[in-house]
Amino acid sequence: MLPDHLRERAVAAAVADFDADAVITGKYDRDELTLEIAAPKIASVCGFLKYDQKFVRLSAVTAVDRYPMEPRFEVIYHVHSIERKERIRLKCRLPGIDPVIESVTSVWRSANWYEREVFDLFGIRFLHHPDLRRILMPDDWEGYPLRKDYPITGSRV
Amino acid sequence: MSDTTIPGLMADAEESEKAPNGPRRMVLNMGPQHPSTHGVLRLLIELDGENVVKCAPDIGFLHTGIEKEFEVKTYQQAVTLTDRVDYLAPLSNNLGYCLAAEKLLGMEIPPQAQWMRVMLTELTRLNSHLVWLGTHALDIGAMSVFLYCFREREDILRIFEMFSGQRMMTSYFRIGGLALEPPRGWAQRVKKFIDVFPSRIDEYENLLTNNRIWIGRTRGIGVISLEDMLDLGVTGPMLRAAGLKIDARKDEPYSSYEKFDFEVPTRTENDVFARYQVRVEEMRQSTRIVRQAMEGMPAGPWKADDPHVVLPDREKMKTQMEALIYHFKIVTEGFRVPEGEVYQIIESPRGELGYYIVSDGTTRPYRVHMRTPSFGNLQATSRMVEGTLIADVIASIGSMDFVLGDTDR
Repeated sequence: MLPDHLRERAVAAAVADFDADAVITGKYDRDELTLEIAAPKIASVCGFLKYDQKFVRLSAVTAVDRYPMEPRFEVIYHVHSIERKERIRLKCRLPGIDPVIESVTSVWRSANWYEREVFDLFGIRFLHHPDLRRILMPDDWEGYPLRKDYPITGSRV
Repeated sequence: MSDTTIPGLMADAEESEKAPNGPRRMVLNMGPQHPSTHGVLRLLIELDGENVVKCAPDIGFLHTGIEKEFEVKTYQQAVTLTDRVDYLAPLSNNLGYCLAAEKLLGMEIPPQAQWMRVMLTELTRLNSHLVWLGTHALDIGAMSVFLYCFREREDILRIFEMFSGQRMMTSYFRIGGLALEPPRGWAQRVKKFIDVFPSRIDEYENLLTNNRIWIGRTRGIGVISLEDMLDLGVTGPMLRAAGLKIDARKDEPYSSYEKFDFEVPTRTENDVFARYQVRVEEMRQSTRIVRQAMEGMPAGPWKADDPHVVLPDREKMKTQMEALIYHFKIVTEGFRVPEGEVYQIIESPRGELGYYIVSDGTTRPYRVHMRTPSFGNLQATSRMVEGTLIADVIASIGSMDFVLGDTDR
């Protein structure tokens, strides 16, 4: 459910009208709008934003590990509309065990490398991604370095 | 030939070897130590004769885990990490990070610090564009331009050294303002540089703009449609060379850029030559901004008045108990940053640079993600070079102006 005070934000209202179940919550903080989206709906919401709301650019995809909290992962999408001069942030929460989310590469091709990076460093899998391989770490690397339970120092013997 | 399996790439080559006409396609491994990749980029290129059929960039050779490192540094310590991301534009990265942290803290930065930031960031843009122009021309075969560009770059690095004591890893911007008081005599030094610099740009243009070889190597090369670029995450001068007037300094002004008078140069040809023209024009515009900042530099403090965040003056620290306590607290444990998340965009020389900082209310960032322009731009490599000639690959990727430290972080 979209909080009532966010109704005055045109994008937030449009997304809520498009699919009321998709929006879990939202906030407007420090001049930035964040919408929390139900993970299974992310691809359709992104498609709506791109084709209907003119958010032609995906600026970045990243993730945050809230270990040991559950749901553990947040996948963050920064979306930009050049025409409206507006940026919004989408957030999906995923469980710690087998985190999987639908890829948005079908909406923006730029998601390809960003999702590979999240997969590489957090171990979050993206369904229907065309080429889900490690990108920054070596192919045979074990573990996911940006997870909070991955040590910052230590040698791999 | 390759230890990584790029789906579809080797398979195609093997298949074509079995084809009745005999072997035709081959896979060429360019890099990671190829001089024209400006760092350690590896390109796997499948060739049919001289035509590029497929190109698969392989990155990550310079991955140093900077984002992980942020999580164990205090906010102020982490400024030094940002220099090392894009080592050709350290101050742009300092600025992006500091602005994001200041947005979390809700801090007001005094005008002198803001203007000084603008001036030095524009000098950084000149520095970065000079390295780009020199090396790009060198790749294509014009060696003398490189020597000219590095002559002027040296002057800029001397200015940086004067301000911060460092030529490259300056870390001159800090959360709350600047690291040190601007040195005596900086204005004369900067003036001396920008007085001659426009004529130096004319020199580069004399060497290149009407040069037949340069035109032959760059006109009509590396074309990629604007729609493709937007969809693939390209930003910065490449979009402007395709006719899209997009610049975060104008569209989402930060650090009082709205007070400066400058143009956003665009071209419509959308080839390597147009990108060259856009960047050269950007150098002229940056010189204008530097001059405005230098001449109109406001007086006043160069760091914010916030004793919880900004270190006290040395003199106060030695004479006042309270200042000493603040100093001790900031140095030993840092300052707490209110919970929240911000995404701050700036226009780096390469394009859109974004810092996403998540704070959990402690003295260290919970998570920092850098949306670096090189990472986004490099994604377009395949689209840009596939279907062109192998000889144009160098000119095409050179026109993207990527830095591998910026890509791999």
